[in-house]
Amino acid sequence: MSPNLVYAVVVGVLFAAGVSLLLERSLTRVVMGVIMLGNGANLLILMAGTAGGPPIVGTTPEAEMSDPLPQAMILTAIVITFGMTAFLLAMAYRSWHLVGHDEVQDDVEDRRIMARAERDEGPDAADRGGPEEADEGPDPDSEPLPTGAPPARRVGR
Amino acid sequence: MNVLVPLPVVLPLAGAALTLMLSRRPRVQRTVSLTVLSITLAVSVALLAACVARGPLVVAVGDWPAPVGIVLVADKLATLMLVVSAAVTLCVLVYSIGQGMADGNEETPLSIYHPTYLVLTAGVTNAFLSGDLFNLYVGFEILLVASYVLLTLGSTETRIRAGTTYVVVSLLSSLIFLTALGLVYAAAGTLNMAHLADRLDAVPDNVRLLLEGMLLLAFGIKAAVFPLSAWLPDSYPTAPAPVTAVFAGLLTKVGVYAIIRTETLLFPGGRVADAMMVLALLTLVVGILGAVAQSDIKRLLSFTLISHIGYMLFGVALTTASGLSGAIFYVVHHITIQTTLFLGAGLVERRGGSTSLDRLGGLARVSPLLAVLFFLPAMNLAGIPPLSGFLGKVGLLQAGVDVGGPLPYLLVAGGVLTSLLTLYAIARVWNLAFWREPHPEMPHAGDGGEPVRVDGAGNRTAQVREPGAPSGVMLPRLMVAPTLALVVLSAGFTVAAGPLFALSGQAATDLLARTPYVEAVLPEGVP
Repeated sequence: MSPNLVYAVVVGVLFAAGVSLLLERSLTRVVMGVIMLGNGANLLILMAGTAGGPPIVGTTPEAEMSDPLPQAMILTAIVITFGMTAFLLAMAYRSWHLVGHDEVQDDVEDRRIMARAERDEGPDAADRGGPEEADEGPDPDSEPLPTGAPPARRVGR
Repeated sequence: MNVLVPLPVVLPLAGAALTLMLSRRPRVQRTVSLTVLSITLAVSVALLAACVARGPLVVAVGDWPAPVGIVLVADKLATLMLVVSAAVTLCVLVYSIGQGMADGNEETPLSIYHPTYLVLTAGVTNAFLSGDLFNLYVGFEILLVASYVLLTLGSTETRIRAGTTYVVVSLLSSLIFLTALGLVYAAAGTLNMAHLADRLDAVPDNVRLLLEGMLLLAFGIKAAVFPLSAWLPDSYPTAPAPVTAVFAGLLTKVGVYAIIRTETLLFPGGRVADAMMVLALLTLVVGILGAVAQSDIKRLLSFTLISHIGYMLFGVALTTASGLSGAIFYVVHHITIQTTLFLGAGLVERRGGSTSLDRLGGLARVSPLLAVLFFLPAMNLAGIPPLSGFLGKVGLLQAGVDVGGPLPYLLVAGGVLTSLLTLYAIARVWNLAFWREPHPEMPHAGDGGEPVRVDGAGNRTAQVREPGAPSGVMLPRLMVAPTLALVVLSAGFTVAAGPLFALSGQAATDLLARTPYVEAVLPEGVP
């Protein structure tokens, strides 16, 4: 399709909305963002080809055919984005099932190291094990596995 | 010989289908996976030999000739990567089978593991062999989808959290790649790489710079180049040891491979070389400073992984044959060594019950074999002479000095500093985990039948197995053997460094010349 303003604006809006949704912490919004970005990218690829009649020999003169290659690429990309969306939704559902929400938390090990840096104390410290672990707050591995999740945090089912 | 070219992609895919159907028969499933990956390795070696003897091999998929159809191209760089990745994936598969058996889930393993692992292999080989940008995208997606599944195996809370970061970041990089593809097609009207090599010359300079920037951005996320690398240490360490090992070894290197390919074939001339050098320096230094701060072996290794990507980027940014050759050698060395170290970390976890440096100690006395298996690759990573890590770094630094100028010299200094800091980080692991007195919480040597306690602070993997399953503290032979094989392989790179450097040099010369690749894909000239 030859570049035209409407398409360009639609692609721009889709990208902008997609990026802003992608920056959210809630996984469901991220999914929406991915869908929008994916559609924006597909539309962009469509704009890259030339417009015209169906690209079948015999029905359209060769000069008036549309470019079939971007369309084939879009089909592939749609299938891939579809699969990704399904996977993300499954992950969001699983996360909701496990912790009652689908927000992405800070990394526990990151927090641990930051807390240690604040206390200026390394694992090399002479009395390892003792006080260090006491004030560490939630230990990364004492976090419950799915079977052991405390009932209070379970919202699903 | 050309008939062999699609096999490294087709075989694992067919194997994945077969193992999926055989999911109720784990024994047959294992045999199929092992056979498929062994044949893939043999085919890759044959392809490398053929490629060295006769130049690039090209197959037009579906017999559609080059610019129209999709081509698979096996040139020296691609086949070299194929051989290394096939060897590594085979070893890791044996390791994971050993781990599965030792964990006692021999009869009820995760039926999805083998098919997914084979799909991952197919994605990696497809990315290496692809002669078409869109097919490269598809290869990336295949390996990424498989990696999403492998990273969230068992879908525990920590893995879902880590998986979310990984999946969202990878999706973003894929979408950037897809957008870049649309723009490349709009600018040049083709996505065949050999065709693009010719057509992109006619594209206006600022448009070319935009396309190059977008592609590098997408590949930079996958390769974990500095400002785009924060996702890696948050996601990799939570996966099971063999999965982390194969991710660390291969996935980022596919990104590096894509950077090498686009920088040499599509955008020669190195107009962004200075920017890449700055990024390489930052990746080297910031990455290794992150590693120094860690107290968990797997996370520490993840940071060294990021840091050493900087060496490869440095080699590519030099845009000379010797720099590129050094980068290719370093990729080959680093795939093997990083995988070995993560497998070693898996063994440490099994023997010591944890990968946290706070909870380990005295492993060298408790298990000398494990100490050797960790020490050799660790020293290799740090670049102690005469090991291959040292040779690779010397090659790169030499290439940097040859180019001269303030930036390359700064990079050389940064490279040496990173090497020293790597040695410091690794020596810290050695001191804390392998020397000292054995930690009281560690499983003792005598109680062979006691299951390994997996509730230590550093142990974030939450192994998928029934509690109380028979699991010895002794290291399973099937887990030690592949680690040993990879240690031997990296030692082999040291012994055979001369021929290997010659090969990477030839590959680099071909890449810079561009004509061997373009002529092989488009024998009748550029249309």
